[in-house]
Amino acid sequence: MYRYDGYDRRLVEERAEQFADQVRRYRCGEIGEDEFKQLRLRNGLYLQRHAYMLRVAIPYGLLSSHQMRGLAQISRRYDRGYGHFTTRQNIQFNWPELDDVADILRALAKVEMHAIQTSGNVVRNITADHLAGSAGDEIADPRPYCELLRQWSTLHPEFSWLPRKFKIAISGAASDRAAIQFHDIGLQLLEDGDGRLGFKVWVGGGMGRMPVIAKVLREFLPREHLLSYLESILRVYNLQGRRDNIHRARIKILVNSLGIQRFRELVEAEWQQIQPSTLVVDDAEFRRMHDYFAPAQYQHGKSTEAFDKQFANNPLFADWFRHNTREHKICGYSIVTVSLKTPGVAPGDISAEQMDALADLADRFSFGEIRASHDQNLVLADVPVADLPELWKSLAKMQLATANVGTLNDMICCPGLDFCSLANAGTLDVATAINEKFEQLDYLYDLGEVQLKMSGCMNACGHHHVGHIGILGVDKRGEEWYQFTLGGSAGNAPALGERLGAAIAKNRVAEAVGDLLEVYLARRDEGEQFVETVRRIGISPFKERVYANHSRSARLRESLAACA
Amino acid sequence: MQIIHDRRVCESPWRHVPEGTLADALRAAGPGAIIVALADWRLHRAELRRRPGSVGVRLAAGDGLDDILDDLASIALVALEFGSFTDGRGYTQARRLRERHGYGGEIRALGDISRDHLAFMERCGFNAFELRAQTGLRDALNAFAEISDVYQPGADVRPIIASQRV
Repeated sequence: MYRYDGYDRRLVEERAEQFADQVRRYRCGEIGEDEFKQLRLRNGLYLQRHAYMLRVAIPYGLLSSHQMRGLAQISRRYDRGYGHFTTRQNIQFNWPELDDVADILRALAKVEMHAIQTSGNVVRNITADHLAGSAGDEIADPRPYCELLRQWSTLHPEFSWLPRKFKIAISGAASDRAAIQFHDIGLQLLEDGDGRLGFKVWVGGGMGRMPVIAKVLREFLPREHLLSYLESILRVYNLQGRRDNIHRARIKILVNSLGIQRFRELVEAEWQQIQPSTLVVDDAEFRRMHDYFAPAQYQHGKSTEAFDKQFANNPLFADWFRHNTREHKICGYSIVTVSLKTPGVAPGDISAEQMDALADLADRFSFGEIRASHDQNLVLADVPVADLPELWKSLAKMQLATANVGTLNDMICCPGLDFCSLANAGTLDVATAINEKFEQLDYLYDLGEVQLKMSGCMNACGHHHVGHIGILGVDKRGEEWYQFTLGGSAGNAPALGERLGAAIAKNRVAEAVGDLLEVYLARRDEGEQFVETVRRIGISPFKERVYANHSRSARLRESLAACA
Repeated sequence: MQIIHDRRVCESPWRHVPEGTLADALRAAGPGAIIVALADWRLHRAELRRRPGSVGVRLAAGDGLDDILDDLASIALVALEFGSFTDGRGYTQARRLRERHGYGGEIRALGDISRDHLAFMERCGFNAFELRAQTGLRDALNAFAEISDVYQPGADVRPIIASQRV
């Protein structure tokens, strides 16, 4: 993985000192409230419902074991002994004190990490396929390009006050696992007819209150022009994006109002002006970056006897293997998903002890590296199949081996009303209710893949628009209600979920999910996944069931209340 | 008025002429350097160019550069006004002036700006700053040295990190 040199290190160290001085000047009244807010956001520091929240960048989701231990130590020393992995492959600490934040940034700098631009109207953390380098369907490893973009965008002087936040994602595989078409810029690595590497460039995708699937801006951009072309896009957006209305300020609104053709002309015209500049990346720099992400020293010929025995005799291990591991590009290796969706724990949460344990396991079994995925799990991407039984045992001891990856209970969920000051409704207690209702693993396995994604407000941090089942918390006269959508998906065939009907009361959400699943079980064809059934039969049968049941149970409750 | 110019605190030799008061100002004033609004520049361009003293033009965030491009040789100062410090359009305008149009005069930032904006502004080509507050200017000079190295090229001449790596 990428390692800081003296330049990278000095920059994050100086950034921590800069922030320390900003806090000092804020404390003595030299910086006003509004201005300090913008400064702290640029270092990932939010003011939440109960406390400050610090969002730490995990560039393209990649962590070393050493960094994971650093995060564990920070969570113990400055927080409440846990952290929360987000849908943008970052980690959040929910309880830091303002006067400790500079020390946290210093501690992060020691393990080559930072919180730069994890918030604010700037280019945010670059996200990528969490299986990069290990998946069999990869055209090229996206991480060298992610790192180039990380450096280019870090403290970019021109784009520090954009109309709105700006998110970039890269996929280097045939199968898009980075939801690139729901980003401000989505980049797909590919080769042209002559074997040159480059990118298909999408622009103007996003979720939030106006979900939009991105449009193709350029079919092929030679890789050496990546930085100059993105600088052109950002420049057009910086000048022309709307600034009068925060809800109309994302680049998707600009692209839609100009039309993709006109937007493309503006970008190309800008690009012609800046193209022969120092932004062109030469082959030596690509090689230097690629060397950081060279393939691991894979070993061959390890005996899989222990694995075969466990798989044949231990159904718990076999379940875990089926659901929480996937095929590696190298025969004899496996990609392991560490589920952070243990029932009763907020999705994405991890304790300091679990972080430390996982760091040790990464060292023992996966070349000392860990990835954060956008569905709020962690991944050990290079584990010898022969070591899986041992790894599974160790994970199970730490409650990290819940065999539910890809099932209904592997849900994406924002922190909701419990923490977030933007939220309209709780998500964590609803997640718990759903977990409790569907705790039987055999039932979950029979359902197959169901992606449930839940957001506590229309900002859509929980990606509800692209959930097979999407749930959006809304506020109705001070009460928490939940709006369902069906049939959304990210990936290569992106789709926005269709609204099911009127919002549903909090205490009936889990029941409504049950109704949806029953319709699916009754109507599915052989081998058909939930989302495929939704697409085939439409949402009406689901709608009829959910609302029929609801009015019946509402009547029942009312009559019971009347008797009492 | 005290400003920061080329990383030094100094008294500004320039006087701002509020929009619409140019005629009076020209009659009353001597040959001193004046900064006029873009609208006044458009209306009185010929007269202003004949004037013995230096002339600068003040642009608001939404103004394009087109109206001044032909005259850059005779405009000694371009002032870019920030109605709000969160409006970043001026950063792009400054880079275009320096890098695309080769403008060598003073580019001055004014309006809702303060110490913590200076370093990025300088990297985009600004070399003069009228800060919102007149206090703490000397302390504000520290802002330029807070971060030593830069990853990406700007309008300044600092070598980028990639070019320094061996």
